[in-house]
This record gives sequence, C-alpha cells and structure tokens, in this order.
Amino acid sequence: MAEPAAERPTRPTGATVWRRTRPVMLALAPWLVIVALWYTVHHSGLVKPALVPAPHVVLAKFWNLLTTQSFAIDIWMSTQRVLLGVILGTVCAVPVGFLIGWYDPVRRFVNPLINFFRALPPIALIPLVIVYFGIGESAKVIILFYASFFAGVIVMYEGISQISPIYIRVARTLGATDLEIFRRIIVPLSLPHVVTALRVALGVAWATLVASELIAAQEGLGAVIQDASSFFQLDTIYVGIITIGSVALLMDTLLRMVSRRLLAWQERIDA
Amino acid sequence: MSAAAERIVLDHVDMRFTTDRGPLSVVDDVSLSVREGEFVALVGPSGCGKTTLLNMMAGFLTPTGGTVTLDGSPIRGPGRERGVMFQEYGVFPWLTVKENIAFGLKLGANRVPQAERDAICDRYMELMRLTDFRNSYPKTLSGGMRQRVALARAYAVNPAFLLMDEPFGALDAQTRSAMQDLLLEVLERENKTVVMITHSVDEALYLASRIVVISARPARIRRIIDVPFGYPRQDDIHTRPEFAALRSEIKDLVMREYAAQEKQARLRLSD
Repeated sequence: MAEPAAERPTRPTGATVWRRTRPVMLALAPWLVIVALWYTVHHSGLVKPALVPAPHVVLAKFWNLLTTQSFAIDIWMSTQRVLLGVILGTVCAVPVGFLIGWYDPVRRFVNPLINFFRALPPIALIPLVIVYFGIGESAKVIILFYASFFAGVIVMYEGISQISPIYIRVARTLGATDLEIFRRIIVPLSLPHVVTALRVALGVAWATLVASELIAAQEGLGAVIQDASSFFQLDTIYVGIITIGSVALLMDTLLRMVSRRLLAWQERIDA
Repeated sequence: MSAAAERIVLDHVDMRFTTDRGPLSVVDDVSLSVREGEFVALVGPSGCGKTTLLNMMAGFLTPTGGTVTLDGSPIRGPGRERGVMFQEYGVFPWLTVKENIAFGLKLGANRVPQAERDAICDRYMELMRLTDFRNSYPKTLSGGMRQRVALARAYAVNPAFLLMDEPFGALDAQTRSAMQDLLLEVLERENKTVVMITHSVDEALYLASRIVVISARPARIRRIIDVPFGYPRQDDIHTRPEFAALRSEIKDLVMREYAAQEKQARLRLSD
C-alpha cells in the first residue's frame, strides 16, 4: 500500500464497487445476455455453426473491414443519406403537419391524400424513382425523404391537434394578438412534437435505408450487406446489420439528450 | 355601493344551441348588472349555464339573444381589462413561475420596461408567497401554488375585472380557506370588480358583496341577495348569526335548483 492511509482508509468492498459501477453494469447487462445467447446458439448444434458466425468472428471481421476496406466510408455514406433525408423530410413535415393539425378545412382536404401516401411502403416507389431520378445519390435521398416526411407529418398533426385551447384562451385574456399567440404559445408547445417527429423519422429512415441502397448503390451499409449476400459472407452481413443498429441507436440517444435539455419542463417519466 | 357605475351589463340574454336532439336552451332571459368595485358570486347547480354566462362576459361566447356590454359597448372578444381565472388554471407548463407571471407584461398590449416588469413580478410573487419558487416549472408545484401563479399572472397586467370560474374548487379545505383570505387581502389593496362562480354557499357569503342564485338549466336568475357584511372581512364572520341565517336561506334555494337539475338529467337519460 503506497498510498497514505488517510486518503484511503478502507479498501473498496464488493458493495461499494457494485454501487459505483451499477449503472454501467445495468446498461451493459442486456447486451451481455444477447451475446451469451448468440454463443449458445452457435455452439448448440441446433444450427450449423457456419450459418451463425460467432460474435468474436464478427467483431474481427468488423475490425478487418474498418482497417483494410472502405467500411468507414460506407458508414458515413449511409449516415449522411439518412441525415439528409430526415432533415429535409422533417423540415417539410413540420409546417404541413402544423397546417393540417390547426386548420380544419386543410385537414379535410389533405387528410385522405396523406393517408394514401402514408400507407404506400417507400420500397414500392423505388422502380418509379429510378425511372425519374436515375440511380444517383438523389434517388436514395428522395426515398428517405418520402419515408421521413409522412412519418413526421402524422406525428406533428397528432401533436398539434392535441394542444389544449386553455393556453390560447389565457393568452387572449391577457391581451395577446394572433401573432403573439403563435410565437409564445404554439411554438413552445409544438417543440416536443418536432423532436418526436425527428425520432420517428430517424427510425423509419434507417429501416428504409437498405432498400434505398438496393438502387445500385456503390457505397453504404445497405450495399455492403447486399454485396456480402451475393458471396454468402455471413460475417459481413452480421457486421452490416449490427452497425446499422448501433448508428441508429447512437443518433436516437443523442436526440434524446438534446430533447431532455430542451424540454426540461415536460411532465413525464423518462424511459 | 348603489351609486357605483354599472360596468358589465347583461340585458335579456339568451343562449340557445342546436343539438342532435333539437334546440337546447342554456341561458334564458338573464339580466344582470355588475357595478364598479363589487364582488358578485354566481351560485347554482353544475351544468346550469353559469360558465356560459361568465364566458359571455369574458368575450368567448356571443349570446344568441340580448346584449352583453362593457361600459355601454357590446363585448366582442376577450380583452386585457377583463382578467379570467379558469377552473383548470392554465398555467403555462413550459415557463417558470416568474416567466408565467411576466407573460402578460411582455405582450404588446401591456408592455412595460424590464425594470418595471421585474418589480411587478417581485411584488406578486411576494404577495402570493411564490418568491422561493420563482425559477421552478409548474410540474413541481402543488395545486394551490399553481392557482396562485395563475392569479398572480392575471393580476400582473392590472385588469379592472376578475372573472373567476370556480377558482378554488380543486383545492383542499385548508388551502381553499387560505386562498380566500389571500384574495380578500389583494382586493383590499387594489380596487377590482369581481365575478366569481362557486359551488360553495359559504365561499360566496364570505367573499361576495352580492350573491346571484342561478336556476337549473336553462340558467335564469332565481334571486339576488345583498350580503350585509362590509370589507375588510375576517374569518370570524363565519360565526355571526346573520351568516348562519343567510347561509341556510341560500342553501335552501340552491338545493332546490340542484334537485331540479338532477331531475332533468334523469329525464334526459330515460329519453
């Protein structure tokens, strides 16, 4: 024991170590369970081990792809497409969702159209998009835009139409004009729904990404998975899938952190 | 009191709605003058149309017959000279206590320089015992405190009238009694004209200078009672013999209307 006794009077016991590392352990636990299950399936003999590559093999493949191939560029290309599609989609969805939620005549006119296009799976549009926009970058972003836009519109519309009229009435009795009501009541009350719209759009966009990268993409996680499947490289397919999940989770976590800062006033139990 | 000018005047006011089951009369030929500086309490069964009357004075509803005027000109909408206290308070959840109180003072209709705004906010926070909670969001406040925030917010823009819809209905007995005393205290300092809806005959007698007993639906004026106690009032008027006598007289009237209202409700059910 080189340290002076005064600074560390007792060695940390098992209990204090547990208290300190508890949050980290709890966060890691589900992932450890899933990796354990994965190994179990791999070794169980129920499936051919070759069909389910072991986690450490997939990890090694990930490292190999990252260091010797252009995997980092693939990740970046996909992330960039998702971000572009989601941002453009949400920027358009917010005002449209707002108009539908706020003005009854607009809602009656636009709602059937929105419901029709929302029901269309974005993948079904891919052939048409190829015809009109070719197979370049814009085609992929358009598919992601489409997916994000309709997801965002619904969230905004639902959110706006649920704004309680009491706040508007209060503001009016205090002498607020229409413009002041918009700026000081509607905008702050809409903000949580904008964040939710972004989160939903991100989810939908990642889900649509692989499909959009089927449009003869050279780069991107979807392309990596597609190529790997033609050569039956299961470990690469696993790497691609897990990377998509990880990046999507990371984005969602960042967004949740931002929204917690921004919306500290909200009454809710954070999951 | 009798010499005081008539401010808000309801003149042969009717309110009829058309529903799926045919026409529905909510207010029937109500005439009432609210004079400068008086405290009018509206007492009657729930669902009898009291809130409709208050909403007409606030400017949220226009009568289908008769006129509602303020100083001789028809009321066309809400205005900053008529502060409204809603049953559900309507405290803005995205603003802190201080920001809530300052809300009206930042609007074009009553904008004041920052220093004056701070002074007004400080004064009402002090009066409503909210100073320690100035930076808290409403989600952390109790019902009584939210109620005080709403009251302070309404007061801050210095309206000539306070229109209150069962402001203390949701509070527990102790808080309610404290809020009544606080209201009397504030009214003592600032001359305001008040119209308050309440279910409680005790509350009406303790606070008001005139009590208007409203009938079962459609709302008609059953009787108007002048309260013989002057201001300032203290809790001890509760024990005066006149208080008890008036209380039982008004309770009898009100109970009869409650019974009529219930009978109506039963008839509607058996339709």
